[in-house]
Amino acid sequence: MELYQGSLDVNEISNRWFDEVQSLNFGAFITFTGIIRAEDSIEALSFDIYRPILEKWFQSWKEEAKKRGAVVKMAHAIGDVPVAQSSYISAVASPKRRVALELIDEFVEDFKANAPIWKYDILEGKRIYAKERSTPMDGAGILEGGSK
Amino acid sequence: MIRVEFLGPIVKEPLELDIKTLKELATVMAEDSQLKEWVGICAVAVNDTIVKKSNYELHSGDVVSILPPVCGG
Repeated sequence: MELYQGSLDVNEISNRWFDEVQSLNFGAFITFTGIIRAEDSIEALSFDIYRPILEKWFQSWKEEAKKRGAVVKMAHAIGDVPVAQSSYISAVASPKRRVALELIDEFVEDFKANAPIWKYDILEGKRIYAKERSTPMDGAGILEGGSK
Repeated sequence: MIRVEFLGPIVKEPLELDIKTLKELATVMAEDSQLKEWVGICAVAVNDTIVKKSNYELHSGDVVSILPPVCGG
């Protein structure tokens, strides 16, 4: 897992991961790259990350991937990322395509739902929590006696 | 004492509370004008592990993290 201050260097990261995968004799390598879209006049998005829980979350996916004979990788930005730049890359490599295609879907969707990362719009220099676009994590609502 | 830390968009200094249950924590948060809106939508971690049981028992020295809704990527 790699965390960077600001935008990701997509070429450097994906090429380096590709080089690593080549040495594993795997036939399938899929990357998912998230790019900041221009919408609602935002200048950038900004991210806060809680690293200890993110590392545990990623560790559990590494173990799940290993069970399926695959490898997962991820990189994410901390702080501001301007429009058209990348904030997030995840990747799956496996000996054959089917496992990688299924795993990248599950891995990216669970990332969206449960990785402890908070997103803010940068609008006229102000940092505004993207509450409507955020998802309560698994286990949310526990303070009210149940989970979501 | 239990230390309670608020993550991401909840701009609030950590609290030191003498509590044993998540229910007591929910009561404290519900009585705080800044925190009450977060009670129903946050996940809770104790010592960096997400808690799934609402009857989880807290012990002195535990660090509780309050995790608001997320949106990575």
